[in-house]
Amino acid sequence: MPELEIVDRKDFSDVTYLLEVRHPLMAKAAKPGQFVIIMEHEHGERIPLTIADFDSAAGTITLVIQAVGKTTREMQQNCRVGTRLFAMVGPMGIPSHIGVAKKVVCVGGGLGVAPVYPQARAYKQGGAYVIGVLGFRNKDLVFWEDKFRAVCDELIVCTDDGSAGIKGLVTAGIEQAIAAHADIDEVIAIGPPVMMKGCADLTRKHKIKTMVSLNPVMVDGTGMCGGCRVKIGDRVKFACVDGPDFDGHEVDFDDLMARLGRYKPSEREALTQYQETCRLRSQIDTAGGA
Amino acid sequence: MAAAKKKTIRTIPQERTPMPEQDPKARARNFEEVAKGYTVEMAIREAERCLQCADEPCVRGCPVSIDIPAFIAKISEKHYRGAYDIITDTNLLPAVCGRVCPQESQCEGVCTVGDTLEPVAIGRLERFVGDMARSEGWRNVPYIEPRGFRVGIVGSGPAGMACAADMAKAGCEVVVYEAFHEPGGVLKYGIPDFRLPNPVVDVEIEKLKELGIRFECNTLVGRLFTVEQMLTEMGFDAVFIGTGAGYPSFMNIPGESLNGVLSANELLTRCNLMRGRDFPNFDTPVQPGRHVTVIGAGNTAMDALRVSKRLGAEDVRCIYRRSRAEAPARVEEVHHAIEEGIDFHWLTTPVELLGDAENNVRAMRCQKMELGEPDDSGRRKPVPVAGSEFEIETDMVIYAIGTNANPILGQTSRLKLNKWGYIETDDNLATSLLGVWAGGDIVTGAATVIQAMGAGRRAARAMKAYLGLRDTDVIYGEQLPSSERTFGLHPAEHGYARVRLA
Repeated sequence: MPELEIVDRKDFSDVTYLLEVRHPLMAKAAKPGQFVIIMEHEHGERIPLTIADFDSAAGTITLVIQAVGKTTREMQQNCRVGTRLFAMVGPMGIPSHIGVAKKVVCVGGGLGVAPVYPQARAYKQGGAYVIGVLGFRNKDLVFWEDKFRAVCDELIVCTDDGSAGIKGLVTAGIEQAIAAHADIDEVIAIGPPVMMKGCADLTRKHKIKTMVSLNPVMVDGTGMCGGCRVKIGDRVKFACVDGPDFDGHEVDFDDLMARLGRYKPSEREALTQYQETCRLRSQIDTAGGA
Repeated sequence: MAAAKKKTIRTIPQERTPMPEQDPKARARNFEEVAKGYTVEMAIREAERCLQCADEPCVRGCPVSIDIPAFIAKISEKHYRGAYDIITDTNLLPAVCGRVCPQESQCEGVCTVGDTLEPVAIGRLERFVGDMARSEGWRNVPYIEPRGFRVGIVGSGPAGMACAADMAKAGCEVVVYEAFHEPGGVLKYGIPDFRLPNPVVDVEIEKLKELGIRFECNTLVGRLFTVEQMLTEMGFDAVFIGTGAGYPSFMNIPGESLNGVLSANELLTRCNLMRGRDFPNFDTPVQPGRHVTVIGAGNTAMDALRVSKRLGAEDVRCIYRRSRAEAPARVEEVHHAIEEGIDFHWLTTPVELLGDAENNVRAMRCQKMELGEPDDSGRRKPVPVAGSEFEIETDMVIYAIGTNANPILGQTSRLKLNKWGYIETDDNLATSLLGVWAGGDIVTGAATVIQAMGAGRRAARAMKAYLGLRDTDVIYGEQLPSSERTFGLHPAEHGYARVRLA
């Protein structure tokens, strides 16, 4: 069985790309809110990625990735259709609790747009009224608008510069939804920590339950390293096995953001070295071709 | 041949044969093995020190009951292959166990010679045999008659490996599931190469594969499929769970979420399994610390201390709330750590971690302790000394104070857990689910490699009874010398014969 083969790839922008990876067993087991850990090659690092979609009929897991560090850039270079990942383990984490909410707002910011999709779909299938709020920096970065339209009763797209949808952050979109609907049961927000913090601060005022999905630094993803520990209320939890979903009103986002930066110097070093290697290689290629 | 002259405590070599070691200064900067192992001459000399006493307390001291006097006698006869055959009757991993067993509290702790002199270096002799098997390429691979049963093992650490081996030898089709991308469990991600080189583990895993055992990595049981599904949809007749404890403990003191504070598991996994020590040639970074403090004094703490030193820290210190006598680490590890220049602060406990403006840890506030009355564990309980607080500068703090039960299988199955979250079993390691056994750290809490292997074998015995396979530990016929038995089996009672491939 050709598992871990990349069967599809789409590039949403020059930094964001989608990979559809073949893993029939995982496609059957996956539930909204779960994540995988992948290794691109034998010398690679283990990186956690939230599952953006899964298709049990096709036997595939969809990942949406942003090229920010060494590994994600290298994957952007190498992961073509027909190639294989070295490792992918999952589905990890406790699945999102798809409750009995009648009216929900599913908020995705930037890369977080992808992992909030399975939840929006699950709520829609459960009969809820689903309002989607998607935030991007500008029009060129917008993706999956159609996919969301198909599962949302209303969709609000927000861009920082107003080039698509309304101008403003996702919080502006949530405000708009709350103004139009007084009976929202739950908000699900996935995106960069600062965005989730903004959403939680906003909904706290309106006393609307808000779930967020955390993606801190982790190694194994099975509860062994403790690198992903987060402060939830006055307790410490491991995002990998106690999460990744937590009550947004209880998450200590400042702590989370401070801890996300703890390998920054090493990450910069790895990226610099990688870029240098790429530069040299392209020089060699150019010289060889001339 | 005339019987050898009876040895007495006066006639044997009086001094325990020392093991050659890398110079402490040099080795504190590399990841090569510290203890280099006995040469043939050293092994023969040390084997001479065994009295071959009738009492054999060492066999009872061994969690898997290796016939220790017999294998040592084979070394004396220079019949090393025979020694290997005897050890592998009960222990598949001599090269591993010879290195990591706490022999001082097992076989060597009860050695008769030890009553008067230093005990026989049983662990070093076992390692000698295991290493010779590796370099000579000895393999004992039986032809196994299939019995048609399928056994699933969850976790590829020492408990799972031992159980898998026994079930494979009993004719079952065995699949071992591992969540990491490489099999071996704690032997791979935890114990560093200078103590147990990963290639040694790989050789042992290859031997298991030769028994027909299949390893499926990148498989998170509980989430990809459940234990119940293994028994129903996937057609396993029995399942063994050996997932280990894993979930690291912190102390819940202020400052633990500062950057530069991590668990020993995280440091060791990054460094050993992910090869972070070779960053950036391998992609996983390891945070460099200049002034490293490790909390705890077990084997994991010793590993974290010595790894930190090798990663280039200027100074590395150990903080432990009790005294050296109570430290749970193997004596040899503490000794090696001291030789390598690790500072030990006994009777000291941290009370707070202090950070700088960038949220990095910069200092640890500590308190001196003194030993009071014995507690439940029988060890004297440390109590704080009033007014004894002081600060030490540190930019990296590593917690090695133990682990808790991994919650994944509890979350995803109906397995009954005890109040600490460990899997509840009966004396034969059967869980509350029919057809499911568990053993090792996930049952007992953190313990040793050999105890986990012992549990794996104990569970295998019960699984065989459950499946109606004959129990290999019951003697059905005349007792034969172990050289004529195959993996401890009477030739009359099994469907296979030992085939020597090399």
